[in-house]
Amino acid sequence: MSLRIIKTGVLDTIQDLGRYGYQHLGINPGGAMDRFAAQTVNMLVGNNIDEAIIEIHFPASIFLFERETMIAIGGADFSATVNGEDIPSWQPIIIAKNSILQFQKWKHGARCYLAVREKLSIQKWLNSYSTNIKAESGGFNGRVLQKDDVIFFREKNDYKDFLMDRDFFILPWKADISWNNVPIDRIAIIPGNEWDWLTEESKNKFLKESFVIGSSADRMGYRLQGMLKAKENSELVSSVVGFGTVQLLPNGELIVLMADHQTTGGYPRIAYIVSVHLPLLAQKRPGDKIYFRLTDQGHSENLLFEQHQHLLQLQNACKFKLEEFFECYQ
Amino acid sequence: MINFIEEMESNSSYRIFFVGDSAATIDFGNVIDESINKKVIVLFNRLSQHPLLGMIEAIPAYSSITIYFNVILLRKKISTQKVIHEWIRTELNKLMRNDFDNIQNSSNFVRVPVCYENEFATDLKSIAEQKNISSEEIIRLHSSKQYRVYMLGFLPGFAYMGEVQDLIAVPRKAQPRPIAAGSVGIAGRQTGIYPVNSPGGWQIIGRTPLKMFDKDKNEPCLLKAGDHVEFYSISKDEFENYQDWST
Repeated sequence: MSLRIIKTGVLDTIQDLGRYGYQHLGINPGGAMDRFAAQTVNMLVGNNIDEAIIEIHFPASIFLFERETMIAIGGADFSATVNGEDIPSWQPIIIAKNSILQFQKWKHGARCYLAVREKLSIQKWLNSYSTNIKAESGGFNGRVLQKDDVIFFREKNDYKDFLMDRDFFILPWKADISWNNVPIDRIAIIPGNEWDWLTEESKNKFLKESFVIGSSADRMGYRLQGMLKAKENSELVSSVVGFGTVQLLPNGELIVLMADHQTTGGYPRIAYIVSVHLPLLAQKRPGDKIYFRLTDQGHSENLLFEQHQHLLQLQNACKFKLEEFFECYQ
Repeated sequence: MINFIEEMESNSSYRIFFVGDSAATIDFGNVIDESINKKVIVLFNRLSQHPLLGMIEAIPAYSSITIYFNVILLRKKISTQKVIHEWIRTELNKLMRNDFDNIQNSSNFVRVPVCYENEFATDLKSIAEQKNISSEEIIRLHSSKQYRVYMLGFLPGFAYMGEVQDLIAVPRKAQPRPIAAGSVGIAGRQTGIYPVNSPGGWQIIGRTPLKMFDKDKNEPCLLKAGDHVEFYSISKDEFENYQDWST
């Protein structure tokens, strides 16, 4: 008895930071679309950053906690409530036994993450908790969470002293997620190997005009509205593509590959989204507008390192706060 | 030293380019060629046995190999002020100074039973019409050759094999449709087997009872890059009563 799904959501799955080392077999890394949020919610409850979390889309599942639990949510804002009362994102929250976590109304973003301090009892497949739906493997029985699924916890904690008679108790600190002040619709890219296949006009268009996320935008990839032209239209033999590869389709459409991308592809790779901006893109929905801006390898590495430093600080701060908190109550 | 190495790259048969900020590809040209693919597999085996510093994984393709790196780790480990991607380029160039041409790879030979009967061979008739040959001839041609597994990709355990004879080479369909696990298809000069149910555009000529992908096995995929495959025809009854005695 631990965490029970009492209503099926549209696409809620177990994820982590991805399954690496098996792409040579055609098995993609998968993992959380917004790795920043996935890591942060885990840190907030004192977990390792690669602990299993639940990735939630809207309309979301309804969750019943059959045991006392410490959780954190973050990423998209779907107006989360516990037993009908609002709870905040990016804060650890202790919730009482038999409480219901529900997501009432879409506010912003596409994916919300739920971490549990008691840790979800999920078996790893090929070293990762991530759900690979195509392979029907990993996560919870290799599939999307459904009504009546019960996920057990690996640990048990007693929070009676903190809760007393309350339904939940919000710990008084919040993760600082603003490590970088970029506008959230400016996505930095590095030119891809076939960047120069684009006509000068199309290059300009790519870097100056906005692109709208098309209606076909899922965990595999986002199609963008807006056409680009290539100078040549040669075929490529299949080679490796990854999370953030921007491909030009023969009809001039762009597709950005996301977490559940295929391991290989044969379309021209005109650009790559820099790693630290993938979480921004992961929170976009069909109809959202984005702009691309050019950067280079060196700058992208610096950003990656800055984000890492920020996450490290956050991790240390979370750890310290939790220790301090538990000591106070002992 | 660095100049010498970079000069090597410019005079050689390969090129290095980056796949975003965390991976680099060593590319041997836009070709499907057995000797190039052999070199790719030798490189892959070498990197699997002796991973480079900070390497997450290496992924072989037809004529290229891509290596993912942990940039954060490298940034901490490399004491110089160097930009990581420059360091990666230098390391890959160093790696390429080894002679990989005379190394033999161990590979498996796998015989794959295929039922080419109409029920499974949804596109056999249209290929026969298109190519103006009989279905029997397509089956004979498809099952009379040894194919090389050039790479795995697209789906878990999906092997890209080549090359089928020109007489049966047909382009993939414009519109993908649902395809059942085990389906054997042709796309251009390539042949392949769908390991799981999936939408796909390859022209389907039969189905194998073999499990190409089994998540519960230590090695979940039956084939690996560099393997050799031969197809042989079985009846529907043999398909339905197929037992894999090898396990």
